[in-house]
Amino acid sequence: MTYDAIVIGAGMSGLAAGIRLAMFDKRVLILEKHSIPGGLNSYYQRRNFDRGGIRQFDVGLHALTNFIKKGEKGKPFSKLLKQLRLSYDDFKLCPQSYSAIRFPETQLRFSNDFELLRSEVFEKFPHDIDGFNLLVEKVRAFNELDLSLGYSSSRQVLRSILKDDLLAEMLLCPLLIYGSAWEDDMDFAQFVIMFKSLYFEGFSRPEGGVRTIIGLLMNKLQELGAEVRFKTAVSEILVKNGEVVGVVASGEVLLAPVVFSSVGYPETVALAPSLEAKPRVGAMTFLESIFVFDHKIPLTANEATIIFANNAQTYAYRPAQNFFDDVSAVVCFPDNYEPHVRDGEGTVRVTYMANYQQWKDLERSRYLEMKQVVGESALALVHSLVPGLVEKPLFTDVFSPLTIERYTGHLNGTVYGSTDKTRDGRTPVKNLFVIGTDQGFLGIIGAMLSGISMANLHGLMSEAKQGE
Amino acid sequence: MADVRQIVIDIISDIAPDEDVSSIDDAKSLREQLDLDSMDFLDIVMELRKRHKVEVPQEDYPKLASLQSCVAYLGPKFATAPV
Ligand SMILES: Cc1cc2nc3c(=O)[nH]c(=O)nc-3n(C[C@H](O)[C@H](O)[C@H](O)COP(=O)(O)OP(=O)(O)OC[C@H]3O[C@@H](n4cnc5c(N)ncnc54)[C@H](O)[C@@H]3O)c2cc1C
Repeated sequence: MTYDAIVIGAGMSGLAAGIRLAMFDKRVLILEKHSIPGGLNSYYQRRNFDRGGIRQFDVGLHALTNFIKKGEKGKPFSKLLKQLRLSYDDFKLCPQSYSAIRFPETQLRFSNDFELLRSEVFEKFPHDIDGFNLLVEKVRAFNELDLSLGYSSSRQVLRSILKDDLLAEMLLCPLLIYGSAWEDDMDFAQFVIMFKSLYFEGFSRPEGGVRTIIGLLMNKLQELGAEVRFKTAVSEILVKNGEVVGVVASGEVLLAPVVFSSVGYPETVALAPSLEAKPRVGAMTFLESIFVFDHKIPLTANEATIIFANNAQTYAYRPAQNFFDDVSAVVCFPDNYEPHVRDGEGTVRVTYMANYQQWKDLERSRYLEMKQVVGESALALVHSLVPGLVEKPLFTDVFSPLTIERYTGHLNGTVYGSTDKTRDGRTPVKNLFVIGTDQGFLGIIGAMLSGISMANLHGLMSEAKQGE
Repeated sequence: MADVRQIVIDIISDIAPDEDVSSIDDAKSLREQLDLDSMDFLDIVMELRKRHKVEVPQEDYPKLASLQSCVAYLGPKFATAPV
């Protein structure tokens, strides 16, 4: 079979790239290993033994970043809507109340109104408000979309602007854990993207969770007549004379003059042995614990949507020393997105940094025991953050770096990909392009924008050129 | 003769449904009046090709800056277009 373009992976970036290509009459084929779309942000269900029926879960969704109000223009989310021809209302966004960065003696809150963070910094770090304002202006003026930028250390930039190390640590904490492939630091361009996405714009959650987003993307693809094949893993990317010619998937040869790969850069290299590049496999991977309680936690006990908790003066963002790191965690209360419905079961999610190799080396019975240890630790943390909550959960699910690896194919269960990004998507193989996480744009919104911009640049514009 | 002005306006209202296209000043740049970025201009070009088989090479994108320049640049192309 011959196509105009093949996309490997039906995660956020692959689906978005597929939409763009199909919109302009390309015959596109999306190949996905798993039986459903979504990738790192997919969904699953579990039987409800207490009440009958099933419970629905999102694999990843804590927060949809880059919140905008209806009609707001010129923002990443509004660009995405236009490019995918989706309507704002279809996302049914429910905004956060506020989120909190909690260090031992200090808390900074932020919300979808940036002035809350500014006033919190003014109150808690009055001696550093000028530095903070300078940083904000630098971030605002920075063009993070310049694809020719090299790596520069965010910590160094922060040290040169802020006086108080604690403020730098606190500001970095959510930005690192929501989007850094690098240990203990991040590329400044990535810092700017994350600062704008989290602090300038903020969080929301689509009603219905990640299924709502995936449903919109899948419907669009269907409308446009794109072909998506599930349970179809690409086993090889075919290269002839340094140029991509197609792929092998489930034993079938599928030809296309251009291939977009969303599986990660090192993972792409593994599929194309003649590809001469050695991108490193990122080390950052996580454990996620999901708790279901009999009822929702009263807002009087906790109003925050997400708490970034760190029990030390500095924020250590690196693989855990001992299976998982309980010094810091992200605790998400999805019930605290508007409209704050209070009936029905309650959900809380806890993310810990993990250590892939240690989990990998465990034998089965110890693996299950360790998952239980993680769940107990995460539950104790939830209890400590929510005064008065002593209840045991009805249901607990813990997933590990091995789960992530198994379901998404990301080597070492890495979530934010390689530390070697290819910012223009190019690889040493002609017409083989990397999209999504390892093109340097991640998270749900970032990955979709990556798929869009790479499809535009390498799938549509290059063709417009040939059409001269 | 095709109404090039209307064709461009129709495309803009499809790719940017939230924009008010009723009061565009033909002489002024579209970017100044509407929230259009380079991605949107790519879409204008792609729609011209898809709907009207009119090709705009990348180096000519600046010629789509205003409605006036669109009409001047695209007019002859529409006159010779296959459909
Ligand atoms: C626990 C967790 C929580 C998260 N929380 C959030 C959040 O709250 N907000 C947010 O914005 N982001 C969050 N993220 C990050 C976000 O999910 C990712 O950044 C984003 O989904 C990446 O999309 P992608 O398209 O780049 O890659 P992926 O989603 O990894 O897509 C790649 C796809 O390729 C498929 N594939 C792999 N190998 C092959 C093969 N050989 N053949 C065919 N298909 C293959 C995979 O199955 C996968 O579907 C979270 C991630 C995790 C794991």
